[in-house]
Amino acid sequence: MKHLLSVSDLDATAATGLLDTADRLKQALLGREVRKLPTLRGRTVITMFYESSTRTRVSFEIAGKWMSADTVNISASGSSVSKGESLRDTALTLSAMGADCVIVRHPASGAAHRIAGWADRDRASTGTHTSIVNAGDGAHEHPTQALLDAATLRDRFGSIAGRRVGIVGDVLHSRVARSNVFLLATLGAEVVLVAPPTLLPVGVAQWPCRVSPELDAELPALDAVMMLRVQAERMHGSFFPSAREYAVGYGLSADRAALLPDHAVVLHPGPMMRGMEIAPGVADSSASAILAQVANGVHVRMAVLYHLLAGAPE
Amino acid sequence: MNLLITNARPYGEGEPVSLVVRDGVVTEIGPGLSGPSETLDAEGLVLLPGFVDLHAHLREPGGEESETIATGSAAAALGGFTAVFAMPNTEPVADTAVVVEHVRRRGAEVGLVDVHPVGAVTVGLEGVKMAELGTMARSPAQVRMFSDDGRCVHDPVVMRRALEYASALDVVIAQHAEDHRLTAGAQAHEGVVASRLGLAGWPATAEETIVARDCALAREAGAALHVCHVSSARTVEVLRAAKAAGVRVSAEVTPHHLLLTDAALTGYDPVHKVNPPLRAAADTAACRAALAAGVIDVVATDHAPHAAQYKDTEWAAAKPGMLGLQTALSVVVHTMVEPGLLDWRGVARVLSQRPAELVGLPDQGRPIAVGEPATFALVDPDGVWTVCGAALASIASNTPYEGMRLPATVVATVLRGRITTRDGKVRT
Repeated sequence: MKHLLSVSDLDATAATGLLDTADRLKQALLGREVRKLPTLRGRTVITMFYESSTRTRVSFEIAGKWMSADTVNISASGSSVSKGESLRDTALTLSAMGADCVIVRHPASGAAHRIAGWADRDRASTGTHTSIVNAGDGAHEHPTQALLDAATLRDRFGSIAGRRVGIVGDVLHSRVARSNVFLLATLGAEVVLVAPPTLLPVGVAQWPCRVSPELDAELPALDAVMMLRVQAERMHGSFFPSAREYAVGYGLSADRAALLPDHAVVLHPGPMMRGMEIAPGVADSSASAILAQVANGVHVRMAVLYHLLAGAPE
Repeated sequence: MNLLITNARPYGEGEPVSLVVRDGVVTEIGPGLSGPSETLDAEGLVLLPGFVDLHAHLREPGGEESETIATGSAAAALGGFTAVFAMPNTEPVADTAVVVEHVRRRGAEVGLVDVHPVGAVTVGLEGVKMAELGTMARSPAQVRMFSDDGRCVHDPVVMRRALEYASALDVVIAQHAEDHRLTAGAQAHEGVVASRLGLAGWPATAEETIVARDCALAREAGAALHVCHVSSARTVEVLRAAKAAGVRVSAEVTPHHLLLTDAALTGYDPVHKVNPPLRAAADTAACRAALAAGVIDVVATDHAPHAAQYKDTEWAAAKPGMLGLQTALSVVVHTMVEPGLLDWRGVARVLSQRPAELVGLPDQGRPIAVGEPATFALVDPDGVWTVCGAALASIASNTPYEGMRLPATVVATVLRGRITTRDGKVRT
């Protein structure tokens, strides 16, 4: 694996391999006084975020630090980015400085693909092999989020194949939804999307999943339900009439959560809008794996860095 | 301008003939003629009337880092064109007689093709206040076509007035049909590819609704409407119905909308970003069939050079547009002639005769006959070439056909008896 740009870069074997590595790293760190492995000592990992983010950036940073990599964080403000430098020049500059891995978040879909293409093309002149990790590009993908969701489901159920996962909310603008639909399908899960038609992309019928307008009808048969964040600005685009009506139709209230089977797990990629897409009591219930997702995020990202920079273990 | 062309097959038909050209006009056609000392041996070549492009962006003034009238004229001549219409979205915008006259004069100084400036419909392309269409039409530039191309004349009142006003001047309003309310933030054809790539969808309805509206307005005004770069199958249906109802509407399709689909977008290379966007295979098929049937009248390149800095970016930041002048014939041959949808006479119709008719050019797109101007493209129907953006005459190299092997080569271009290009080289 050279870059991680999309879950489509991963077949079932590669994805499972990453999840297995994440498990092993988690075990290796358990009960250690000093949570630091020497694996990536001397390697440089740069996070380059063109969108504000706390959890993903910190999660990658901790992942790097726990494996002894040197981590550097760059955000769009306070760097040459704000002076109008092109994405290509910024990326190649970091590559030329010897970055082993650049983790990029960008509002434009495909930004990580472009950077990976430039890095490969200019490898001869920069002399560095830089791996690119997509930490969220526009409405395209957020592959490590899908991997940490898969790790969380595997923790709960032992395996993912044959499980039914509902993904609820703003699929249209969601990179989390895209990465999850395609990764879960690769791993053999059955995916159901539940959303108002305005928040589903044209073309969704050709995705490897089913679409349903009716959340209550789906809940009793789900093993897991993933609530997507609804951005407030969507309301101004007439995607739905009001926050209230959205919450009534698609929010996971306590009553609605009671329709889930006892074993079912509730996921949310965060940040949550409590009361809108998820009721506070549901987010904090025993069915909720929201904090487990965050914890798994670090291990999954350690596994990604490990596979990219040290090579997948035999 | 005297010239002897030997062994040519006009429209690829019949036995080879010779043509004698004196003072830029064909004076004799027949087997084995002799005459002027300058000779063009057209053994094995198809002789066509020189091509007329109703839609090109030559970028001058203001965008000289991407193209100039000189380099754009060279690209046109090398592509077999003898007349090119230069769109007005320059800096400054070609919305006054001063700017259109500048473009015409620069074109004449370069002298490789007839450069016809297209005037803006509205001041600054802003869609609010009508530009001085009459002054531009009556200027030495003799503007024949007006367009806010790149932007749609969105306000129905402004469009109605422009159509009405243009009808008295006997000029054409060419509409870039795009309801920008439906395409706010749009990046790629709305369909399965865009949904997977997370690119905001560009619905075909944004084109279809404006074309339907404008056909209704043109019908009421009795005015001539030209629809730029048709990209969708349902736009074709709207045009078919309007033409059947007697509306004076004509339409163009670009070579890239005949050949390429949104399947090309998967690597996020903005060389494939264009407005309107590359659409689905059903749309390219509908455009080909419509061009063959005459529902779409002409092929126009929408040649849109962009220097590397405007394309070597993330997809959303890149400017839309692609080169087209030097590849147009080959793409038409590949998509229309090879599948049997057009013969060489049909190629002459869509690339030369019909576009010249639509804008009333008296000396372009003419039949190959005695007494007619010697304005030709000589095409090797068996030629094959590999596209290389850096080798094209344009300053920019944003061709979507990089590395593609395409059929048919332009061996020579002749403008009123003067050879402008021969064997891939410009003759000045």
